Amino acid sequence: MTDSADPDTLDHTPDWQLGKSHRKVDAMERMRGITRYTDDIKLPGLLHCKILRSPHAHANIVSVDTSRAEAMEGVFAVLVGAELPIPYGVIPWTPDETALAVTKVCYVGDGVAAVAAIDEDTANAAIRAIEVVYELLPAYYDPQEALAGDHTINPFARRGNLSKDVVLEFGDVESSLDEADLVVEGEYFFEGTTHGAIEPHCAVAQVEPNGVLTVWSATQVSHYLHRELAKVLERPAHTIRVIQPPLGGAFGGKSEPFDLEFCVAKLAEKSGRPVKCLYTREEVFYSHRGRHPMRMRYQTGFRQDGTITGVAARTYLDGGAYSSFGLVTTYYSGQLLCAPYNFPAYRFHSTRAYTNKPACGPKRGHGSVQPRFAIEVQLDKAAIALDIDPIELRRRNDIGPGGETINEFKIGSNGFLECLARVEAASSWSERRAKLDYGRGLGVAGSTYISGTNYPIYPNEMPQAAVQVCLDRSGRARVFSGANDIGQGSNTMLAVIVAQELGLELDDVRVLSADSDLCPVDLGAYSSRITLMVGNACLDAAQKLRRKVRAAVAKRFEIPARRVTLIARKAMDLEDPGRSVSITEAFQWAEADHGLLGEVGNYNTPKDRHGSYRGGTIGASPAYSFTAHVAEVEVDADTGVVEVKHIWVAHDCGKALSRRIVEGQIEGSAYMGFGEALMERHDVDPDHNGVHIGPSLLDYRMPTFLDTPELHAMIVEAPDAQGPYGAKEAGEGPLHPSIPAIANAIYDAVGVRIDCLPFSPPRVLAAIQDRLELEDAGESPVFKAGSRGRSDRRSA
Amino acid sequence: MPDALLSLRINGESLHAAAPAHWTLLEVLRYRLDLIGSKQGCDKGDCGACTVQVDGQPVLACLTLASAVQGRELRTVEGLAWMPAAARGCHPLQDAFDRWDAAQCGFCTPGILMAAEALLSRLRRPVVNAEVREALAGNLCRCTGYTKIIDAIIDASEQMFGSTDGQPT
Repeated sequence: MTDSADPDTLDHTPDWQLGKSHRKVDAMERMRGITRYTDDIKLPGLLHCKILRSPHAHANIVSVDTSRAEAMEGVFAVLVGAELPIPYGVIPWTPDETALAVTKVCYVGDGVAAVAAIDEDTANAAIRAIEVVYELLPAYYDPQEALAGDHTINPFARRGNLSKDVVLEFGDVESSLDEADLVVEGEYFFEGTTHGAIEPHCAVAQVEPNGVLTVWSATQVSHYLHRELAKVLERPAHTIRVIQPPLGGAFGGKSEPFDLEFCVAKLAEKSGRPVKCLYTREEVFYSHRGRHPMRMRYQTGFRQDGTITGVAARTYLDGGAYSSFGLVTTYYSGQLLCAPYNFPAYRFHSTRAYTNKPACGPKRGHGSVQPRFAIEVQLDKAAIALDIDPIELRRRNDIGPGGETINEFKIGSNGFLECLARVEAASSWSERRAKLDYGRGLGVAGSTYISGTNYPIYPNEMPQAAVQVCLDRSGRARVFSGANDIGQGSNTMLAVIVAQELGLELDDVRVLSADSDLCPVDLGAYSSRITLMVGNACLDAAQKLRRKVRAAVAKRFEIPARRVTLIARKAMDLEDPGRSVSITEAFQWAEADHGLLGEVGNYNTPKDRHGSYRGGTIGASPAYSFTAHVAEVEVDADTGVVEVKHIWVAHDCGKALSRRIVEGQIEGSAYMGFGEALMERHDVDPDHNGVHIGPSLLDYRMPTFLDTPELHAMIVEAPDAQGPYGAKEAGEGPLHPSIPAIANAIYDAVGVRIDCLPFSPPRVLAAIQDRLELEDAGESPVFKAGSRGRSDRRSA
Repeated sequence: MPDALLSLRINGESLHAAAPAHWTLLEVLRYRLDLIGSKQGCDKGDCGACTVQVDGQPVLACLTLASAVQGRELRTVEGLAWMPAAARGCHPLQDAFDRWDAAQCGFCTPGILMAAEALLSRLRRPVVNAEVREALAGNLCRCTGYTKIIDAIIDASEQMFGSTDGQPT
């Protein structure tokens, strides 16, 4: 955290850069079409790689004959699975996939062989010339069927098709439900969704004459890729350089190694030429690692006043063919839910199964978006049953700041009540909700999310984040960071911190990131860790430099260092603001006193904020963000079409270091959740041998400009002692409430519960018709009876 | 298949390339002329990241045969910087996108800029939210939720053609 103990740093330079709206450090060159993303890299002699993929969902590989492909003119190297047999996995405890299939294929799209050829057409012809003989096996498309099935899908699985099973219980759940005045029981299904970054995965590899392998990849986890490349290629890590070029979106979809990275590396070794692989859009859909389908049964107990007595959850996760992050996802599906509401008792049992589908993994809001849908709809059902305003019911259950969750996670700052108040006011909830006619409705939901995880993916005692910062006698700063800027603006965040501490403009700061030869290790862009962790490391380095610069100025001004501040490209005497020197000269004085100005900064997580039980570290974070949404919908009761008109989002990010970037994260999150609620389905078709139902950006319905509602982003700041200047995450948390807020708004509009995603017109229409039949039969009260009711019933 | 010799007018320059006759404009731009600003997101006309202008109209370069646009005036994102409306190597749309943080990852941005420029050049007046949504419905963005892009385009149109109340800004 900032300054506290050092008397030399007790000046306050507020609002020089913090919280302003900045031009991002790297946006203009992207807009001018100059930035080179991975697919834009040109190297002399570059070969093109294509991967032959399985047409079968589950089959043993009897033989692979590559002789025809190898004999083709223009083919420089061919690769089969047996050449890279070492299993890998982003989670060190579950290495269960190989670069290419060795003995069997586990889903339609599994890679079997790869070629490097002079151009794409030749590479495509070559993979078609590879002959594979398969022995078909029964395929499983449902997790519970897979668990009961006789055939083990994953060749490295140790417990049949059980990928992970977690049961954790806190407090006496049975009595908490027995003693409740109301127990809401619900079964929810979250269909899978995928990331849909507009840039497809791409990797380029080259082996230098001195033996160094360079891999450029559109990855959000350069360091984990580096580790797995070393393992699978059986190369010392220092002979591999991993570079993440500017990235065209990720959202969790590029947060582990993929087959193309191993294939281009090995093919570059074999051919002696640089090799590139660019996924087709279809391959991106099959590679997936998106949100797990989850079937969730929830029981929530309430007292008459709306307070929760206890929660019990039983969840099945459909994992697909490989583990990916699934061990963590299985924990997260229960562990991340114990705020913003106080659960006096809680039990979850989550079971992840392998199926013959594209593997699921982390997507923005990893593991908790699905159960958050269930929990928030449960709360809404209780609010209706108990006749309590849904926002008020949430207030009554607020866990507050500074406490501990039932699963023993320490909560720091908590701005959830302010989030609720902001969306309540902005949507005119109180005035409008009771007056909206049939077909129009408002819904609310809340959530929390982590700002990084307390423990890294592989156990080690090194820093979780480290940054180097150098100052230059021309008045510039350079930041070297291993962190992956995936479009979320983390390079700009680092520049803001350095500019704030050193009195610079952002234009004066150069950020060099995600090159394993030039930058310190960072663990990557996942679990919303960068602002808090890398930000703290950067602040550490920047403050060390700040002290040197201030000392050098103080010496020459003959004043105490605490009177010197750095602001607006100047070093200034706080007590005599007319007395100042340009920052360039101040840097030169400091370089004269101290030598070349370079510092490293480190960050490590506190190790006292997690649970004391097995699994109690998974999901524990240094700080938690909080969010509330109100969604406004219009439902066409004759067609079942749901139109979301507005989403008001208030998000507690601790402290917005760069205002527009935070707003952009809030808006992008709300948009993405909206798409999942109404439109998006990632699934395979069991009746067609497990092929994807629509692996294109036309069939997979991502919201367009015309579909997307008006998004109203509101920043709430409850600074957390763990974050740099109090900052917490903003990139994932604000997605969570979108889906349940829309579900609850649909209920408020037409009186039906859609507990199954997405809320497609046929599903909504069927629910409306069911309700009308019950109303006609006198088995259900008329929804919004009277003047607000359905236009065709008002006279009745 | 023998290469075809192509003569193209791009961003006011005459450029020549030899490329397979079946190549799309996107392939020729990216792989022969190294104009890498136009992006390939889907290669089948679904995402709009490859949008360029042909005689001022927004066109999907991944669905356009390069040989079919010889003799036409093509403009790519690289050419925005020296259009008459640009100043100091920056078109007002680019400047507005930069101020509004309308580009997050920036991968869809070149296509969106070209579609937006075509809209502003056609209307030559400040635009409103619904017009932008309609004109850009064929361009997907996965990062922003579109909000800041709409804000930026409206802002740029006001910079270029005066504010909505008719007063120059």
